[in-house]
Amino acid sequence: MSVETKTLDEVTIRFAGDSGDGMQITGGQFTSTSANMGNDLSTLPDYPAEIRAPQGTLGGVSGFQIHLGSTEINTPGDVCDVLVAMNAAALKVNLRSLVDGGVIIVNTDGFNDKNLRLAGYVESPLSNGSLSKYQVFAVDISKLTELALADMNLTSKIVDRTKNFFALGMMYWMFNRQLETTVEWLQTKFAKKPEIVESNIRVLKAGWNYAETTDVFTVRYDVKPAKLKAGRYRNLTGNSAVALGLVAAAEKAGLDLFLGSYPITPASEILHDLSGYKNFGVKTFQAEDEIAAIASAIGAAFGGALAVTTTSGPGLCLKTEAIGLAVMTELPLVIVNVQRGGPSTGLPTKTEQADLLQAMYGRNGESPVPVFAAATPSDCFHMAFEASRIALKFMTPVILLTDGYLGNGSEPWLVPTEAELPDISHPFRTNPDNFLPYERDPETFAREWAIPGTPGLEHRIGGLEKKDKTGAISYDPENHDLMIHIRAEKVARIANDIPLAQVEGEESGDLLVVGWGGTYGAIKTAVEKKRAEGKSVAQLHLKYINPLPRNVGEILSNYKKVLVPEINLGQLIKVLREKFLIDAIGYNVVAGLPFKSTEIEQKIEDLLGGL
Amino acid sequence: MGKLVDDAVTHADHAQVKYAAKDFASDQEVRWCPGCGDYSILAQMQRIMPEMNIPREKVAFVSGIGCSSRFPYYMNAYGFHSIHGRATAIASGLKLARPDLMVWVITGDGDGLSIGGNHMIHLMRRNIDVNVVMFNNQIYGLTKGQYSPTSEFGKVTKSSPIGSIDYPFNPAALALGSSCSFVARTLDRDPKHLQYVLKRAAEFKGTSYVEVYQNCNVFNDGAFFQFTEKDSKDDNVVFLEHGKPLVFGKNKDKGIKLDGFSPVVVSLSDGMHSVNDLLIHNEKDSTLAFIMANMTYNAALPRPVGIFQAIERPTYDGEMSKQIDATVSKRGRGSLDKLFASGDTWMIQ
Repeated sequence: MSVETKTLDEVTIRFAGDSGDGMQITGGQFTSTSANMGNDLSTLPDYPAEIRAPQGTLGGVSGFQIHLGSTEINTPGDVCDVLVAMNAAALKVNLRSLVDGGVIIVNTDGFNDKNLRLAGYVESPLSNGSLSKYQVFAVDISKLTELALADMNLTSKIVDRTKNFFALGMMYWMFNRQLETTVEWLQTKFAKKPEIVESNIRVLKAGWNYAETTDVFTVRYDVKPAKLKAGRYRNLTGNSAVALGLVAAAEKAGLDLFLGSYPITPASEILHDLSGYKNFGVKTFQAEDEIAAIASAIGAAFGGALAVTTTSGPGLCLKTEAIGLAVMTELPLVIVNVQRGGPSTGLPTKTEQADLLQAMYGRNGESPVPVFAAATPSDCFHMAFEASRIALKFMTPVILLTDGYLGNGSEPWLVPTEAELPDISHPFRTNPDNFLPYERDPETFAREWAIPGTPGLEHRIGGLEKKDKTGAISYDPENHDLMIHIRAEKVARIANDIPLAQVEGEESGDLLVVGWGGTYGAIKTAVEKKRAEGKSVAQLHLKYINPLPRNVGEILSNYKKVLVPEINLGQLIKVLREKFLIDAIGYNVVAGLPFKSTEIEQKIEDLLGGL
Repeated sequence: MGKLVDDAVTHADHAQVKYAAKDFASDQEVRWCPGCGDYSILAQMQRIMPEMNIPREKVAFVSGIGCSSRFPYYMNAYGFHSIHGRATAIASGLKLARPDLMVWVITGDGDGLSIGGNHMIHLMRRNIDVNVVMFNNQIYGLTKGQYSPTSEFGKVTKSSPIGSIDYPFNPAALALGSSCSFVARTLDRDPKHLQYVLKRAAEFKGTSYVEVYQNCNVFNDGAFFQFTEKDSKDDNVVFLEHGKPLVFGKNKDKGIKLDGFSPVVVSLSDGMHSVNDLLIHNEKDSTLAFIMANMTYNAALPRPVGIFQAIERPTYDGEMSKQIDATVSKRGRGSLDKLFASGDTWMIQ
């Protein structure tokens, strides 16, 4: 039978199976291979909250979605075109993400009576016609894997763990992928276990050959390389990007990096990554709780380190009092909050952006803190560097908001060089003459950083109100009022030091869609689509929320309507309404999921309908 | 240390300066209540610091909240008066970032054992080289007189009008149970002993924990008088001295002997026992330390005061530096360009 090859601009593939089926590795390999072949891409893993949910259950399904294309790719994809399901539960959980007419590849061995029962199927969806609107390819992947390895004398456990590469081999054939990237990865990764290397390569090729030689598949797809800026790329998750951005900032500031952190989903990877960077002098301290994590960082900041604490929402609650201490003592500190579903323990593995107002206002007293937010996984690098730069320059804690979607999601990152990054160092105070701990730089209002060990600068700081300039304890009413204003003004002056906001699209028009954080890709995709249809719509994505860039008010006034989509009940919109008295319109769905670009498109359509 | 830190702290001439006690007194007016036991602790600290042979700028005092936590303001050194209960955690970060500093934590029974109890036990088990001085006055002073985690059962206070139903912590036993390397108890009204213990704590490498019985003459006056006053002290306190038998009493006529694992009081004047029968204190014996710490609150026994345990083991700060040094010497000092381009990368032409 002849095989037709279709060229696709973009495609979204989801690998799903039991958490023991190796779906993350399978998806990761498809990603590396596609990246090496020059596609633009974006990925998102979907883990179960349980570490080891019972095999075959709905709760144990682990997924990995990759969106790749020859065009610019901004999200991991609203829906998938191809679903690889290693068992019945994986099919059940993921079927609603598949487009009508989409491709399903299933491992028939994962659809035995027990699997069907665990997945809650009364009868097999493979035989009852319920999948008729899809193209279903049912392959006994387990059996074929077994046959491919029959002469290798491997345990059945190892054989079973290799079957994901059979599925990967079939997908490589279907999408015209090269095998070298994965073969080389296996040879490096398992250099000391030749039988693992051989068995996986053999099964990968068996999957490819099966697709090539049987007449099961009649269509192959081709996704041409994207037009990306020339240079070296690396696939990077938001959490890894934060870690790299912090190390880079410490190096460019001439300081040691100190991280005080307590493990919490979905932020722990930042702690893991940084604990591996000891050759940069990075000190990581896994504290006994969230409070000790930030408190240790404040101690390190007092000692002259670039101090950081990383957490997620519930942890930010616990750090609240200590953030106030950093505000009062005017010490530099970076607080990274990888937001997750709340309130309380909420949805630990799901994404949300409902901690903005907590970051802005969630402290006792007038306690101004700069709040920044990363827009994409690779932007996490840049914003972690920025948060550090501002913390050091203005002697202030800075909260950087990312989220589970950014933290776990990945995209190609154009690898920078050290030389491209700015020097962000500030010398410590060393001159003992006329030293006043709370004397300020006239431009930034930052006090000087005078660290223990410096002769003649012995001084005391603390959480009690400070007297202007001297820093002595003061209960004087006028002084308190003055200091409240000085601290507020210091943070407000950061607006002089951050880039102006940039509109994507026309500088005026019918509708401006204003977002922040991880919704960037979905909004961009939607706005571009509507613009291509000739609609007057533009995008403004805010990465600096407190303070806002100086030109935000002017930008907002240039559009007839302003739409603010957020994965919360309307938090940025409160800030914009309060500051600019505009009648902005919210779009708010809080489902623990990233926005789909189609939802935003629909909302844009609804709003522009009346114009 | 980062290059900039080196630049800031090493440009000065570190030729040893000879200090006097007054050199460690800051210009701040001391604001504790007249007659407070804190004055003595401050005076003894200022007295021992010149003997420590460390430049003043290398010393940092970190405190939390409470009367005791005002202490850093009165020491002419670097100081950080932080938030309630967190001094131990802040000091941990400071010492890890700056192992070159001598770091003290000043805390109380509320700050260190109640709101800050968790950080305290974790500091101890990690053995970070920080010296903790815990002012124990068995009352909340700054909030004007509520029972504390060391107040006795039945204590009548503003928040326990018919008596507290909380059992108190035994701070020394808690510290030993948390693997604290150096555990001691001393008295605000015994300046010599206080100085001796503070010095030993300062010299000790690892977490040192010094509980000071401190009189709050406003809200809990006389809580420790039976252990501190001349007419009652000798019969109610046994001083622990390394290598010496546990003898006490006005006429040195009583001692502590082990009966199985239980310490008992024996008379040295009734002809039944001699000094040779008595328990010999050994700071290096952690089993003995537990036995002696558990003499606390036992009404049939004198209160043990002194150094329960002083057993050095590798410190967290030392191990952290070792790991970093070993990694740097094995892999070389990190380069950002190499780090950025590590892992799976690909070129787009």
